[in-house]
Amino acid sequence: MSKKPTSVYKGPGPKEANVVLTSASTVMNWAQRSSLWPLTFGLACCAIEMISAAAARYDMARFGWEVFRASPRQADLMIVAGTVTNKMAPVVKKLYDQMAEPKWVIAMGSCATCGGIFQTYSVVPGVSHILPVDVYIPGCPPRPEALIHGIMTLQMKIDGQVNFAAQPRRIEPGYRGPNKEEAV
Amino acid sequence: MTANWDRQGFGEGEPEKHPAVAAIRNDFPSSILEVESSCGQVWAAVTPANVVEILTFLKNNQELQFDFLSDLTAIHWPERPGAEFEIVYQLYSTSKHLRFRLKVPLKEGQEVETASDVWQTADWLEREVYDMFGIRFEGHPDQRRILNPDGFEGHPLRKEFPLQGRVRW
Repeated sequence: MSKKPTSVYKGPGPKEANVVLTSASTVMNWAQRSSLWPLTFGLACCAIEMISAAAARYDMARFGWEVFRASPRQADLMIVAGTVTNKMAPVVKKLYDQMAEPKWVIAMGSCATCGGIFQTYSVVPGVSHILPVDVYIPGCPPRPEALIHGIMTLQMKIDGQVNFAAQPRRIEPGYRGPNKEEAV
Repeated sequence: MTANWDRQGFGEGEPEKHPAVAAIRNDFPSSILEVESSCGQVWAAVTPANVVEILTFLKNNQELQFDFLSDLTAIHWPERPGAEFEIVYQLYSTSKHLRFRLKVPLKEGQEVETASDVWQTADWLEREVYDMFGIRFEGHPDQRRILNPDGFEGHPLRKEFPLQGRVRW
């Protein structure tokens, strides 16, 4: 009569295997940063680089950002890719307002960051004058790698959120709408 | 390879060879102010009074058939008192492969008749001229700004408009 072994380790049981301890913020942040859906729109040549980042060679889908939504109601991320003119500014602002929270803004390229080379009557000197910007990407235009790095930087920022909410963002002071004339 | 500017054969100093010049000289002799050519491109300056009449004539003339208004723009000459503005009509004849430029000198605040009844495309081009220079067109169906926002003040392509705009950065 062979002796039965007193105990055999069979690995964790079904209950133990499915328990992971973490904070709710971590889970929410993980969910929000892992499926950023950008809004489909481009304003100038930066949009070509954005398209390139989404297409086969750079393939943003690898990171979970592939679903460029045609409706602002379904988008989390606004990539301002290009020159924002005074005429376009109210449209961009309206699209941003139509997006549901939580939402983030990336200013892609020199024009969206500060107006770029267009120091003229017709261009908004940086989209930060009308929208709260989370990440600025330099370049004219930035390469797709730079855009990918920018969105990864935004992911790190989202990871730092507490209480399921984005940190309060601010709009740059001093902008009084397009074409408010001053003494020349 | 050198560019052949004189493809149409209206060389420097020979603008009178252009059929459009001959036709205007024949039908509107008192309207012509000046005829010139540069790089093989011929232009004529005419008085603003009957410019639409001349344009209609150029379009409907069987020898010319200028059926395409390829551009309509303006120039500001602040140093030229009495003719501070100049409207430029760029005409093209698709059937005759002819190009011709018509210039109309204007005073500050002077209106010119709309060409939108001759070529429909003049509607938007004249709106652009109004937007950028403040020149109004008599009888225009929809004289609004086209490029700048509706509340915009000033006309950016006038020479007195500040180069970097009026918004403080």
